[in-house]
Amino acid sequence: MPDRVVGDLAHEVRSKNAGPFWITMELFMRDADGYALVADDLFLNAGVIARLYDIPAEGIRFFRIPELNVVKISFPRPVSQGSTRDRDIHAGQHHVPLALLPLD
Amino acid sequence: MKGKPLPDKDTVRILVPAGMLGAGFPPESVERGLALGADVIAVDGGSTDSGPYYLGRGTAKTAAAAVARDLRVLLRAAATAGIPLIVGSCGTSGTDSGVDWVAGIAEGILAEEGLGLRIARIYSEQNAADLKERRIHPLPPAGELTADVLESCTHIVGMMGHEPIEEALRAGADVVLAGRATDTAVAAAFPLMHGMPAGPTWHAAKIVECGAQCTTNPRSGGVFATIDANGFTVEPLDPAAACTPTTVAAHMLYETVNPFEMREPAGTLVVSDATYRALDERRVRVEGSRFELADQHTIKLEGARISGYETMSFTAIRDPHILSQIDTWAALLRMVLTERVAQTLGLTEDEYILDIRLYGYNAVLEHIDPAAGPPREVGVMLLVNAVDQQTATAIAKVANPLMLHLPTPDMDYLPSLAFATSPAETERGAAYEFVLNHVVDVDSPTALFRSVLDA
Repeated sequence: MPDRVVGDLAHEVRSKNAGPFWITMELFMRDADGYALVADDLFLNAGVIARLYDIPAEGIRFFRIPELNVVKISFPRPVSQGSTRDRDIHAGQHHVPLALLPLD
Repeated sequence: MKGKPLPDKDTVRILVPAGMLGAGFPPESVERGLALGADVIAVDGGSTDSGPYYLGRGTAKTAAAAVARDLRVLLRAAATAGIPLIVGSCGTSGTDSGVDWVAGIAEGILAEEGLGLRIARIYSEQNAADLKERRIHPLPPAGELTADVLESCTHIVGMMGHEPIEEALRAGADVVLAGRATDTAVAAAFPLMHGMPAGPTWHAAKIVECGAQCTTNPRSGGVFATIDANGFTVEPLDPAAACTPTTVAAHMLYETVNPFEMREPAGTLVVSDATYRALDERRVRVEGSRFELADQHTIKLEGARISGYETMSFTAIRDPHILSQIDTWAALLRMVLTERVAQTLGLTEDEYILDIRLYGYNAVLEHIDPAAGPPREVGVMLLVNAVDQQTATAIAKVANPLMLHLPTPDMDYLPSLAFATSPAETERGAAYEFVLNHVVDVDSPTALFRSVLDA
């Protein structure tokens, strides 16, 4: 495990299905400094999410909300919700690769 | 309400007792909402959140006793205060059977309690033949819809906006039991009917649709919103909980793809310029929300079909030697099982699905799991999906000796693994999948829905 990960700077990192065909994740950062880090397109961008989640970069959407220190990321589900190969019906455990992204 | 002209209102107050009918809430919170002057009680009865089974099969996720308990409190409250009760997405998925199921429960309670409330049922189920004649568009990431996909669905529902609900209220309904509706339409219908502005109304409806999720204590049950000409104010029904600008603004993030824009049948709610201000320690004022009318009224469709029939088997491994090469063991299980199924059942790999899940290792995230290293204990779930139940179970039975005795390639003896139950396999019945992610163009917002008002 790396020394410091994104989740260390967050109050909460969560994921959830957004309808049967999308997953959405939020990074609720503790403060403006943590927000500045994850809102930086050079650090966290569609390419990074595509690599972490093994999905195409094209469908990934970013929303940056400085008032809440939140970065929200949505992308199409690789398998539709509740189909035979879906291992996480509510997609509630899919935040972990993002939360464990190394900072350094 | 019956026959009376709509009174002019400067404000409309909405009581939302819980995020879902059947979730439970303290009766005091409803009493508190009535004391605050509620004009309407609105509650969601369902969602696609729990997967395709409920729509595919047309049965509810909630227990009848839990729905009855909540409905009894709400019907009494509606009768006492003389205000309407609106329930959306009845029976989890909003199928016609779901509406009738909730209506049956409600009618039983009205009879027991001697309450003379009129129930309107609004049906939202669609049939494939009629839909094929209409203009249907895919939503991302779906592709164009083909007729055979529509025909393969066991149930298709259209998500109504506020219009069919408003129509039922105007016709004299005291209790509206709606089929599939947008989560927001349930709370928006009454304020819109009384002339409240669309931006604040839809935004308030979105904030309250999950009950206390927008408060500091999401488990506390209900919320209360007051809508007026310039915005809305929201507060929890539990006096110990609070709404803060952060909890309210953050609720726009929950389960939404886009936190700034939300499409309804009639147009799009835009909250990118909304402001959230604390009025005091537990109430938040929201202003600046807009609703942009769409050129084309659209109804979103949801549909589910049978993907096959499933049988599940489960064993567990504790032996450190096997666990040290668990990926190798699982690959061997797949290979040997595929061969045995071909030998015994004459089935090739493309005629069924084997999903081998290693719980305790990487079952949830599979190859994207960032952690590594041997686990201490692994639960091995074998999920088989085949064309019928007998075939799925036959495959699971062929797997049984392997899930009991399969060694790793370097072992010259047969281990015995830990089955969790006898028999090891469980038949799951029909499995379902969501297949529609499309909208249909309509000329009238009520065209796809059918209302029945009790005499």
